[in-house]
Amino acid sequence: MNQYQAFYQRIDKALQNDQLRRNFRSAMDGIRERRLAQFPDDRELQTLRFQAKGIRNRSLSRQAELLERLETKLTENGIQVHWAETPLQANARIHEILEAEQATSVVKGKSMVSEETDLNHYLEQRGIEVIESDLGEYILQMAQEPPSHIIVPAIHKNRFEVAELFQKFHPEQPYTDDVDELTGCARQVLRKKFAYADAGISGVNFAVAETGTLCLVENEGNGRLSTTAPRIHIAITGIEKVVEKLSDVPPLLEILTKSATGQPITTYFNMISRPRQPGEKDGPEQVHLVLLDNGRSRIRNDDELLDTLRCIRCGSCMNHCPVYVHVGGHAYGTTYPGPIGILLEPQRLGIDKVGSLTSACTLCGACGEVCPVRIPLPKLINRLRAEAVEATPGDNGVPGTGALRSRSEALIWKLWKQIYTRSRIYSAFKYLATRLRHIKPPISNGWTRYRPIPTPSSKPLSELARQQGYDDE
Amino acid sequence: MSSARDNILQRLRGNRVDLEQPEQNIPPLEAWSAEQRITRFTENQEAVHGEVHTLPADQWIDWLAKELPKRGLHQVLTGTGDTGNQLGASNIESCVFHQYDQPIESWKPELFSQIDVAITGSRCGIAETGTLVLMPDRDEPRLMSLVPPVHIALLDATKLYQSFAEVIEEERWADGLPTNTLLISGPSKTADIEQTLAYGIHGPKQLITLLLV
Repeated sequence: MNQYQAFYQRIDKALQNDQLRRNFRSAMDGIRERRLAQFPDDRELQTLRFQAKGIRNRSLSRQAELLERLETKLTENGIQVHWAETPLQANARIHEILEAEQATSVVKGKSMVSEETDLNHYLEQRGIEVIESDLGEYILQMAQEPPSHIIVPAIHKNRFEVAELFQKFHPEQPYTDDVDELTGCARQVLRKKFAYADAGISGVNFAVAETGTLCLVENEGNGRLSTTAPRIHIAITGIEKVVEKLSDVPPLLEILTKSATGQPITTYFNMISRPRQPGEKDGPEQVHLVLLDNGRSRIRNDDELLDTLRCIRCGSCMNHCPVYVHVGGHAYGTTYPGPIGILLEPQRLGIDKVGSLTSACTLCGACGEVCPVRIPLPKLINRLRAEAVEATPGDNGVPGTGALRSRSEALIWKLWKQIYTRSRIYSAFKYLATRLRHIKPPISNGWTRYRPIPTPSSKPLSELARQQGYDDE
Repeated sequence: MSSARDNILQRLRGNRVDLEQPEQNIPPLEAWSAEQRITRFTENQEAVHGEVHTLPADQWIDWLAKELPKRGLHQVLTGTGDTGNQLGASNIESCVFHQYDQPIESWKPELFSQIDVAITGSRCGIAETGTLVLMPDRDEPRLMSLVPPVHIALLDATKLYQSFAEVIEEERWADGLPTNTLLISGPSKTADIEQTLAYGIHGPKQLITLLLV
């Protein structure tokens, strides 16, 4: 099965699941309204977006220097820095840290980068207990499913499905499908894990080079618990998350939380600069930061596509995507779904592997309009589509460039070019197309699988326009 | 891992980019008066389910003496600093005070299951977002504001800043930060099930600010 067939099969499956579509629809409608309510003044919003873009661009322009400064500062502060080029290197490094400390149980705060490296499975296969502690992630861990949204990971499940999972995995707790009671139940279950876990693993939202500070954004408090209660804290993040100054943080934080969940600020903004100091009574004795590349430095090769790296992972693009809202996150089959996934994953994993994702876009432009750091998503997705069918792939481009080129498609376009660029042939084509308009090819796939083939007009557009009084130009 | 480090940095240096940086000078907010800051802090904290009580600075112990028993909060965790010492000496009826004077390793299970409420100070506040700023230290460790189901924080009203950016600037954070710095806006919450808000998923279910004027 080629990647298109596999992708379309997942889409079909998602579209046939009415419950899933209802769950996504109502969640996304609500989240969009809340975001909009946070930006009553469009001019202020646009100013903030330009500012956020500027900060991220400055960070990317000086990334090597800032990463080195971050490393120096963190090391001075007593935080150990590790570098990984591949997911495997990152996982192995984390396992080594745990092994050296005889740590056998881990609680995790939410981290999309750890999803990228499939860290949980790696550690579990080596005998380490890993518990996701974000409520959504915990639900998915019970269901053995990946997140379907980068911010609200279990958005595809309704409360009855959640209640069933709790009943199955925690039969000692009385059955309930009340959201408050389910939350209380999760609190009970997870408290016990926090009280004895050896290590906590978290992501990072911003890593500040100036002061050597790791910033985490969250509402639940599980991120704080994971980074405070166990004796070891390991943070993992992508190398693009570094920012230069502490004063860069407030504007980014504001536009991140407003764009992501429509909150002026989240419940907790947790800034970690050191391990436990002498005399302090809690906090981890060891703090580690694992910096993962995994294709990110390569994305910088392309002047246009490097805008991808500005992303601050708010999820707003998926909340506003008409395709995502209908098919949900799992249909994409990649770690990051939605518009940012369509843009990032083929660059990370190769067009030959997941280039078909680029077809899941109507180029409606909504994602580009809401992106807090002004990534021109539609333009870049279109660019990837071109890369996917490139005839003469260069060696500096996106991996798998040209992998989706089809000979027949290329031939049709070539033929069309011959017709369209020669006025006499084109006139003949128009004549034939309007006269023989009822003869239509009996194709029934793609667009025509559920829709009739439209019949061409009896007069060409140029003629219709002239009749309406438009001149030649 | 030094080779991974060198390879990554080398690739980044090899692909030097100079992106446009359209940073604009954002006009500063209209400065709020002390009263406005108190009003905005209170409104914004209440909007996220936090409780705020404005009190004369010398009456917070009286407030606690009245409210703790009424709310059924008996096992009280305090720090070892001024706030904690004053509380320890206060003799509030029906309250047992526990000072956080031992490393967490020696009493983790008790902290997680037996404490009803923790009372801490705070570094300052942010009016624009209704935020408490805490810098936990030896006297008031990090887990105090996180593990017990209720957190009561004292906030000096003269330490209410307008914005987060102002705090960073005025408190000279760029010079260096302590082990942990926290911005807290309301009690712990989640909307992971059906986007329905539920409080107290991991941290406190209630956050009470005693704003001292």
